[in-house]
Amino acid sequence: MKIVVTVKQVPATTAEKRYTSDMRLDRASAESIINPLDEYAIEQALRLQESGAVESVAYLSMGPEQAAEALRRALAMGGDEAYLVTDDALAGSDEWATARVLAAALDKLEPDVALMGMASDDARGSLVPGAVAAIRGLPLLSYGSELSMTDGAARIRRLTATGFDIVEAPLPVVASVTDQVGEPRYASLKGIMGAKRKPLETWSLADLGLDAASMHGAALTRVVETRPPEAKPPTERIENLSADEAATKVADWLAARKLL
Amino acid sequence: MTYLPTADHDELRAVVRELAEERIAPRAAEIDAKAEFPWDLKELLAQQDLLGTGFEERHGGTNLDTIGQCILAEEIARVDATTSLIPIVQKLGALPILLAGTDEQKDRYVPRLASGEWLIAFALTEAAAGSDVASNRMRARLDGDCYLINGSKRFITHGSVANVLTVFALTDPDAGGRKGMSAFIVETETPGFAAPRVEHKMGIRGSPTAELTFDDVRVPVENRLGNEGEGFKIAMGTLDRSRLGIAAQAVGIAQGALDEATKYAADRRQFEQRVVDFEGIQFMLADMASQTEAARALTYAAAAQVDANASDLPYWTSSAKLVAGDTAMRVTTDAVQILGGYGYITEYPVERMMRDAKITQLYEGTQQIQRLIVARQLLQRAGVSASGKR
Repeated sequence: MKIVVTVKQVPATTAEKRYTSDMRLDRASAESIINPLDEYAIEQALRLQESGAVESVAYLSMGPEQAAEALRRALAMGGDEAYLVTDDALAGSDEWATARVLAAALDKLEPDVALMGMASDDARGSLVPGAVAAIRGLPLLSYGSELSMTDGAARIRRLTATGFDIVEAPLPVVASVTDQVGEPRYASLKGIMGAKRKPLETWSLADLGLDAASMHGAALTRVVETRPPEAKPPTERIENLSADEAATKVADWLAARKLL
Repeated sequence: MTYLPTADHDELRAVVRELAEERIAPRAAEIDAKAEFPWDLKELLAQQDLLGTGFEERHGGTNLDTIGQCILAEEIARVDATTSLIPIVQKLGALPILLAGTDEQKDRYVPRLASGEWLIAFALTEAAAGSDVASNRMRARLDGDCYLINGSKRFITHGSVANVLTVFALTDPDAGGRKGMSAFIVETETPGFAAPRVEHKMGIRGSPTAELTFDDVRVPVENRLGNEGEGFKIAMGTLDRSRLGIAAQAVGIAQGALDEATKYAADRRQFEQRVVDFEGIQFMLADMASQTEAARALTYAAAAQVDANASDLPYWTSSAKLVAGDTAMRVTTDAVQILGGYGYITEYPVERMMRDAKITQLYEGTQQIQRLIVARQLLQRAGVSASGKR
């Protein structure tokens, strides 16, 4: 049994993001981390490996050469090997191009489960797991709060408004998990030192049998504008008042907004 | 003497800082207030392989270079001095074994220390023998294939939580502490051993500082480190290296206080401007920053000398501890000053940092002893004979 976890390198959540003139994220401007939602997928895969339900865990990323850092960090947490698809023709990829490339790489790796975070922290399209499943013609188990392996099948538990669904599909599958699977571990010092010796292979588009010309400049969509979120109105502070006076002020504030 | 951090050092710092900020910093105030040893954080450090950095890989350690070990202590001390003592004392207590132990002794004890399964403490100081180590009185008398140890120790960091100790006792009282003292490995489960009392302290309050009593404690001969009479030499060899851990701790405390003061000054408004916009405050922050960098650079330079096994090691490690300890005290005091009244109350961490900083001027040799060591090395270099005693 083999899991491949897809890992995306993203700018640190708190970093100020800058864009190049052609509306692409300027990756050199911000510290890079593993997409935090992918860390949950990694944690889920490693727990399955530790329980013996899965023999091997590999990581797959598509990105610039520096995305190898994210794969090393993932290998420091655990797992066996990693693959990076990097190619100049992939710069500025949208969800369609990403899914196509990941699907081609997964065809080559043939995992029982291709496991993904439910979204990436930078673009938040949440389209890639579904697109990869569609391209590969495989079942999709999405938004799992837990993934488990049963005889010849994978099963997720998905939280709903009223309870939870249990969804099962025969292997191989594509699955995505949420931040409910359990807190991702910190890499241990031995893990970090050992990760440097684990295999990390780099593939180009040609290695996947994909032709750069068929990638349509790596995107079917075009970003026309980016802007920061609207600034929130300043926080009103109630300070240096007695408890009674402060409570009255809070009540008045709520009442003025018809919240009381 | 130049030092540039390697990529591995930077990665180590980033990893320890993340762990320290997310898991240790939130516990620091409580550890201080309750004066309780943070067993949970000891477990966390063990799990992350951070108690084995000073031990060889064949014993389950990660064998970082000395600068790496300093970075570990520094980054933990930046958020909590108490917790930084867990790896520091693990190394301190084990150094007599690493320096003078046989392969058999190392194979028996080091793996349990590297994994963090066991804690160790360094039991040298006595109530009447602090700076004057050679005036130790604890006695070890040979009785068949065992030594019988009698007496007491005081101010022993982690003495009450350790599973094993390195203990210094007189095997030949007539020869005195310098020639007649020997070193032993003592498991704390041994009958006759007790840790009856821990001190109430000003700082590093979660780190138990214990009084230890030995009443006919039987220690097998094979647990003696080195030959009889080599205890003083082993103790000094240990301190010549271990005090660098305290230098690193002091650098970390100073950095933590500087970071807090900078953050506060940028946030706090008085007279309709940010406090940090007052030049007087900027001057203070600049002094704190440059002094901390100087202490760090000297600590790393001394660390490189430890790895090179320099013949004038004490000159370097004592200089580093002297500069770093005084820097920690000055920088934390200034941090309290910058925070004003808020610096003096427990709502902010700088008052704790100031209390914690003081110990770095006292333990593993007071600053006055460090000066004596540096001066003696200096005179030796100049070919001038030094009179008097250590």
